This record gives sequence, C-alpha cells and structure tokens, in this order.
Amino acid sequence: MSTDLQTSSVVLGDGEHVEVDRKGRTRAPLSAAERTRLVIAHVLVYIAAAIFVSPIVYAFFSALKPNSEMFTMPPSLVASEVRWTNFLDVFAYGPFLTYIGNSFFVAIAGTLVVLFVSTTAGYAFGRLRWKGRDAVFVLFLATLMVPAEVLVIPMFQVMQWFDWVDTYQALIFPFAFTAFGTFLMRQFFRGIPYELEEAARVDGAGPVRSFVQIILPLAKSAVAVLSVFTFLSFWNSYLWPLIVTVDYNAHGTLPIGLASFSGLTGTRWDLQMAAAIISMVPTTVLVIVLQKHLVKGIAMAGLGGR
Amino acid sequence: MTANVPRRRSLAKVEGRQALGFATPALVGLALFTIVPVVLSVVMSFFDWPTFGEKTFIGIDNYIRLFTASPDFWPAMRNTAVFTILYVPLNVGLSLVLAMALGPRIRGRGALRVLFFIPVVTPMVANVLVWKMLLQPQGLFNGASESWFGVTLPNFLADPQWAMIMVVIMSVWQGVGYNMLIFSAALEQLPESVMEAARIDGASGLRMQLSIVVPMISPAVFFATIMTMITALQVFVQPQLLTGGGPGNATQPLVQFIYNQGFKFQELGLAAAGAWILFALIIVITALQFGAQKKWVHYEH
Repeated sequence: MSTDLQTSSVVLGDGEHVEVDRKGRTRAPLSAAERTRLVIAHVLVYIAAAIFVSPIVYAFFSALKPNSEMFTMPPSLVASEVRWTNFLDVFAYGPFLTYIGNSFFVAIAGTLVVLFVSTTAGYAFGRLRWKGRDAVFVLFLATLMVPAEVLVIPMFQVMQWFDWVDTYQALIFPFAFTAFGTFLMRQFFRGIPYELEEAARVDGAGPVRSFVQIILPLAKSAVAVLSVFTFLSFWNSYLWPLIVTVDYNAHGTLPIGLASFSGLTGTRWDLQMAAAIISMVPTTVLVIVLQKHLVKGIAMAGLGGR
Repeated sequence: MTANVPRRRSLAKVEGRQALGFATPALVGLALFTIVPVVLSVVMSFFDWPTFGEKTFIGIDNYIRLFTASPDFWPAMRNTAVFTILYVPLNVGLSLVLAMALGPRIRGRGALRVLFFIPVVTPMVANVLVWKMLLQPQGLFNGASESWFGVTLPNFLADPQWAMIMVVIMSVWQGVGYNMLIFSAALEQLPESVMEAARIDGASGLRMQLSIVVPMISPAVFFATIMTMITALQVFVQPQLLTGGGPGNATQPLVQFIYNQGFKFQELGLAAAGAWILFALIIVITALQFGAQKKWVHYEH
C-alpha cells in the first residue's frame, strides 16, 4: 500500500518549508485549498471504490446462504445460518475439481507454448538478419487485426479435419500462436545492447547458446509480463472452449463449469456464487502479487500508446 | 578487406538458416491456425456449409441472405451499435476520471488500483453470474428498492430497454480497470518539468487536468478508445450469459448472432459471412478513428 501522503516537513536554511515524501522527493507544500481538495478527492475515490467492490462482497455473502434464502425480502447480507460448507458442496455437485484442473492444465500448457514460440520467433525477428525478415514480420502483425470471431468458425472446421474436437490440443494450440507475444518479445530483445551478444559470439557461442544464456535471462521481466497476460487469457477464455468442447464433464474448463449450476431443475445460486468466488481467487492473488509488474508491463508493451 | 566479403556473405547465410530454425514454430503455427482459417473462412462464406453433410457453392448468397432474409441480423447490428455507443464513452471517461483521481497523493492508491483491476482478470463468466444474481426480480436491487423505499423497479433483464442498459453497466464495471491502468501508466510518464511549468503559470485543479494533462496523454486515450471500441464490437459473453440475447433478440449482438448461426443452426457458411461483415465494420471504424485523430491527439514532435 502506498503511503505517499506521509510527507515530512523539512525546514531549509532560509526558513522555507518543503515537504519530502518517503522516497526523498521534494514536493511543494500544500495550500489550504489544495488540502481541502485532497480530502474531497479521498472521500470520492473511496466511495467509488466501495460501490465498485460491493457486487463482489454481496456475492461472497450470498455464497454463504442457503439457496432457499437467496432472495429474501428485505434483502440481507447474512441469512439465518452461515454455510461455509457451500464452498465444499461445490465440489460434490459436479466435476468442479475437473474444471479447475483442466483450466490450470490448459492455461499452464498454453502459456508454455506461447513463451516458447514468442521468445524464439522474437529472437529471429529482433536480433538475427535474414532475407525477407521484415516482410514476414509485417504479415505477423497483420494477423493481429483478424478478430477471433472470424477465426473460430473455420478453426472449428480445421479441428474436425485434425480430429481434435473435444481434446486438450484443441484447447491449447489454436490460439497459442498469436503475433502479440512475438511482437512484445521482439521489441524487448531489440533494446538489449548488441555488444553483450557479440562478445559471446566471438568466444564461439552459437545463436542457440547466446539466446538461452544471454538474451533470455535479460528478458525476465518481459517474459513475466507475457506469462501473466497469456495465463489470464487462457484461464478466462470462454467462446473457444464453448465451441470446441463437447463432453463438458471431461474437458470443460472453469468458465464453462461455472455456468453448469443452472440446470433444468432451477439454479443453485448458492453454489454458483461459491464457485464464482472460488474462480476469482487465483487471478486475484496473481494481480495482487504482480501489481507493480502489471502497470510496468502495460507501459512497456507500448500499450500506453506512446 | 576483400577476403572479408565472402566470409561475411556466408555468415549471413548461416544466420539466415539459424533464424529459420528460430522462427519455424511461430511460422508453422501462424500458417496452420491463422492463415489457413482466414482463407478457409473466405471460402466458407461463399458456400452453403453445414457442420456435417454436403457443401454447395452459392456465391454471395450468404451475404445477400444476411442483409435481406435473416430476421436477427439487422437487430444484431443495431444492438452492437447501441452497445458500442453507450459502452465506449462510459468506459473511457470513467477510467480516465479514476486514473486521474488516483493521483500520487491518494493514500492507498496501489490497493485501490488492484481493486479496480480485479474484475478485469476475473473470469468474465463469474462476473456475469454475480450481476445476474443482483439483477433478478427478487435480487438485491429490486428487493432493496421495494422493501426499503416502496419503489417497484422494472424487471431489469426481462425488459428490452433495461436489459441492454444492464449489459452495458455490467460491462463497464468489468472493463473499466484495464483502461484505468493504461491511463495510470501514461500519467506516470508525464514529464514533471511540464507540470511544474504549468503550475508556475497558475494552472491548478480541474483546469490543469483538462487543458494540460488530458491533451498530454491523448495518445493513450486514443489508443484506449480504439482498443475498447474493437472489444465492444466483439461483445459476446455478457449478453450470452446475462440475458441470453433476450428478451427476444433485444440484446443479441453480432457475435452472438454469428455464434448461433454457426453452432446452433449449423450454418457455418452464413456464420463466416457474418464474421467478415463484423471484420469489415471493425476495419472501417478503426480507419475512421485514425482519420479523426489529427483533430484531438497531440504527439510530441
């Protein structure tokens, strides 16, 4: 949590007050009007945050209710009993554990494929000289413009030809070759000084060795950012798994599984909310842990628009 | 010097071969999973192409059918347009205000940023289900309003107008954190010297934000607007799970229409044609935005 507000007043030689924050940066002292404005800003920001987070908080409390008391009048945060067991019953209701396992497997395998493909291709496009390189790269970038909706229909046909419908391959490979990762890695690799690699080359290291031992270790932060974004996109993906999975009980991923608590006999809102809360945990933890890198990554990937 | 030239040439050749090795996985994947499907998609759009069974060439009939005979196509176009027109300004405006409000002097800004970003990374399905619960006729909003204020609210998801508004509100809630983070990153890169100069010239508060800060991050705003518009035109999960596209077809957007044609009615050719119309729409609108950017986007040169 940032504590930038905690500034200390420092008196300079000529008696002028300057505020210094914890990182040692100096700041102009706040005038009375600015202080008032800052207080108002705090109040507004916290109100906005409270409104914003309330659906998730209410969902969490709803996950602790018995299904019969889900929609009582007047609405209440806590029902007649607090059922922590809902979080366990989720796993007994259907193959929820399988959904989670599938999601982890597909997201991790997909991320590994993306990392391998993006770093190798990024190296070829960013640091090796070859004929036709720039033309092929433009083609790569052009594919970024094709929306997934255009691709899913023929992709399903391709999966039928491969006999991959309802397999893990079909969940992992088709969207693991996006140009985004290659572009990101290429940009990053280009920024690494060439002298570093040349020294290794002179010492007799081939490109594979200098790629693995010099370039990759320097690209840790870019690899981290790409991993997170890729993991999240696989973890949250809905349209493609919905299309290519037939036997949801065997190959369904979490987003597919979440929708399965609504059945012909009605909706188990209690379990659905518990499942929704459970599905939010891994990504939320990821974001909290990697908060700083995400902001940096978004700036680094050129997503800041500069 | 002269002895160096052939050596260098052969080196380039070697490097070319090595590069091919490095690029092959990406090239093969791109060919199999992007180039082939794109070409195939064009071909399919000119065929009567059922999921199983005989495929017949029908020229541009699929496209003609969409515009003249398909009952849901024009409503889907309208719904996509309405969603985009409501969603993009709301999302971009709100995330810009949030990013600026969460300035360096706000206590706990890091935690607040995470909070606004959580719905972005949460499975969209989970978000939609939470909102679906809130919006039930007996849900929190209706229940609270009726029992505490005696006001009966409309049945949000069953009313054609309200359903779309709720799809938009839910989408803004789930998407606003992403643009907020982009704007935060841009704001943090602002050169302190310019801000200082503006301050000395007497700019402060809202005036400072509107006439100094916003123009300076206008490239980021431009980028975010384009990306948000593209995702808005591709909206699918929210209406699919919140309203099922209903009531009737009141919230069915283009992508859900395409999905239904392809995977419910098994008409892959018609679905492919619909997807190309969506693509054309995206290209045209993006091009228009690039054309208009000179008017309001300031780059430093």
